[in-house]
Amino acid sequence: MKIHEYQGKELFRKYNVPVPNGILINDKSEAVQAAGEIGTPVVVVKAQIHAGGRGKGGGVKLAKSPQEAEKHAGDILGMTLVTHQTGPEGRLVKKVLIEEGMDIVKELYISLLVDRETSRVMIMASEAGGMEIEEVAAEEPEKIITEIVDPIVGVKPYLARKIAFALNLTGEPLKKAIPFIINLYECFVKEDLSMLEINPLVITGDDRILALDAKIDIDDNALGRHKDTLEFRDLGEEDPNEIEASKYHLNYIQLDGNIGCMVNGAGLAMATMDIIKHSGGEPANFLDVGGGANEEQIENAFRILVSDKKVKAIFINIFGGILRCDILAAGVVAASKKIGVKIPVVVRMEGTNMEEGHKILQQSGLNFIIGNGMKDGAQKAVKAIQ
Amino acid sequence: MSILVDENTRLLVQGITGREGQFHAEQCRNYGTNVVAGVTPGKGGQTVMGDIPVFNTVKQAVAKTKANATMIFVPPAFAADAILEAADAGVELIICISEGIPVYDMVEVYRYLQDSDSRLIGPNCPGIISPGKCKIGIMPAHIHKKGNVGIISRSGTLTYEAVGQLTALGIGQSTCVGIGGDPIIGTRYIDTLKLFQKDRATKAICLIGEIGGTAEDEAAYFIKKNITKPVVGFIAGQTAPPGRRMGHAGAIISGGQGTAEGKMKVMKKCGIKVVKSPADLGKTIARCL
Repeated sequence: MKIHEYQGKELFRKYNVPVPNGILINDKSEAVQAAGEIGTPVVVVKAQIHAGGRGKGGGVKLAKSPQEAEKHAGDILGMTLVTHQTGPEGRLVKKVLIEEGMDIVKELYISLLVDRETSRVMIMASEAGGMEIEEVAAEEPEKIITEIVDPIVGVKPYLARKIAFALNLTGEPLKKAIPFIINLYECFVKEDLSMLEINPLVITGDDRILALDAKIDIDDNALGRHKDTLEFRDLGEEDPNEIEASKYHLNYIQLDGNIGCMVNGAGLAMATMDIIKHSGGEPANFLDVGGGANEEQIENAFRILVSDKKVKAIFINIFGGILRCDILAAGVVAASKKIGVKIPVVVRMEGTNMEEGHKILQQSGLNFIIGNGMKDGAQKAVKAIQ
Repeated sequence: MSILVDENTRLLVQGITGREGQFHAEQCRNYGTNVVAGVTPGKGGQTVMGDIPVFNTVKQAVAKTKANATMIFVPPAFAADAILEAADAGVELIICISEGIPVYDMVEVYRYLQDSDSRLIGPNCPGIISPGKCKIGIMPAHIHKKGNVGIISRSGTLTYEAVGQLTALGIGQSTCVGIGGDPIIGTRYIDTLKLFQKDRATKAICLIGEIGGTAEDEAAYFIKKNITKPVVGFIAGQTAPPGRRMGHAGAIISGGQGTAEGKMKVMKKCGIKVVKSPADLGKTIARCL
């Protein structure tokens, strides 16, 4: 689960990871007071959306007076911010963070993530702050420092020192960087984060070290033990169909095509998208109904597919294991009758109770197209919309 | 022959008194798997499925029944603990079916297992089957057939798809291993490839991967150097958008890494017969035999 910058900074404060003073506002009328309370000669007005590249898109602005802060807040609030991460449709900005401006002498980079190769937490740091880390990795890989953390001991001072020295820090910033890195690791582990990135991490003229940004992804599997961070979820940043699907424990991801897919199992669901593409069509979504879906889930999955106006045909691809084909067929028939589906529906079923499933479809009086194997099913779905 | 599980496997089921645990324990026993015990803390002393004794701890179960493998059906919040308990009790093979284990729990489990003799398969996997001998997991038994193709996969139903295609062509399987769809798993492609290379019954290997991470690339380089048997590969998610988690916790393209295209390229370069369409898996393997 992604969270906003201001929420990430709230988490940082909890672990004594220094961040700039800031106040979140929802309306431009609050800007003058917020800027006044912060009290620095310059303040920064930052759009809060779940995407990077906000600065380039015009979502981050400097203000030299509270009045200017109000003007910028007015411009940014309500704007549709388009960045390289939002896609062309952009995101509506509903909140802005007003933060103290500061005298930055050095911009660094630090991130933590779970490294799949070692199955341990990896810390990446670089002196090339402010740049996209992928760019640094491609152009100047020698500027990236990586350290793997042994979970038995965690981040001890020696490891934090190793990173701080490699970043060429000296004096007061060096001293402050050590608890900063240790606390950041604490935050990562205790809050069950799957990704944490600070870009830039800044050293100021008065020798402070601060997280100027906070990009955080929380491990969805661990949300059950973090009731407090669960409140950070911002439904406004999610696709409405994806929110609806999550209510029924369906794995749904909206795509751009016109063939709706309903599949059991994540791997088969991806492979189904692939085979639609190979057959000359475009999948409208990824939808995994899971291993043990019941009739209610099938019905809701169907309803969500049909609610996408782009969808011109549906391809149901099920390899019955735990999920029996007869249960699936009954669910599809019930849903089709209830919703009154008018677009072609191709069903490919194999595995447990396949014959019973086909019988239910045939006796339903509805006009299902039967696919023999996933290739045939995909081709029939593509043909149905031509 | 086969790998990992066979007639000598003595299976313990952690979470056997739960609805799913019991259902699948019964299915495994019906297939011929020797189910010897169950463990549910606090329910020791009961029996389930007629005559299967339930113990409070894995240690007690192993001492009384000589179980050498365990199948874990424990809710995800407690599954990491169940794996550690099984490893602590010295169970050789731990198969964790549970999906949704917090990733940091698995960081700790993986580290613990590095100093242990136990082998973990999964989590978030369908399990292992050596057709005709032993089934540990949730796969539909009837689609399998005893034979000489070894299958390794990160996905459940996509493995069934490959098995279904093979069986329809009259080709059987030596062992099918679902290694799991999570970012951190106990046994990776390479470990399984080594076992298939050694197994005399296995004549060809089918490797099914998906987007996310670099495990398939590592496997491909390993195959080029060490595997003499023909390998057929498929990567799911050729059309997946970057930055989105496609159902499996581990299936995500990040920072341009882990794309299907990239993986397929490396696999081809390493001599693996890569199929673009999942519908071609069966017949491509058939041509290798």
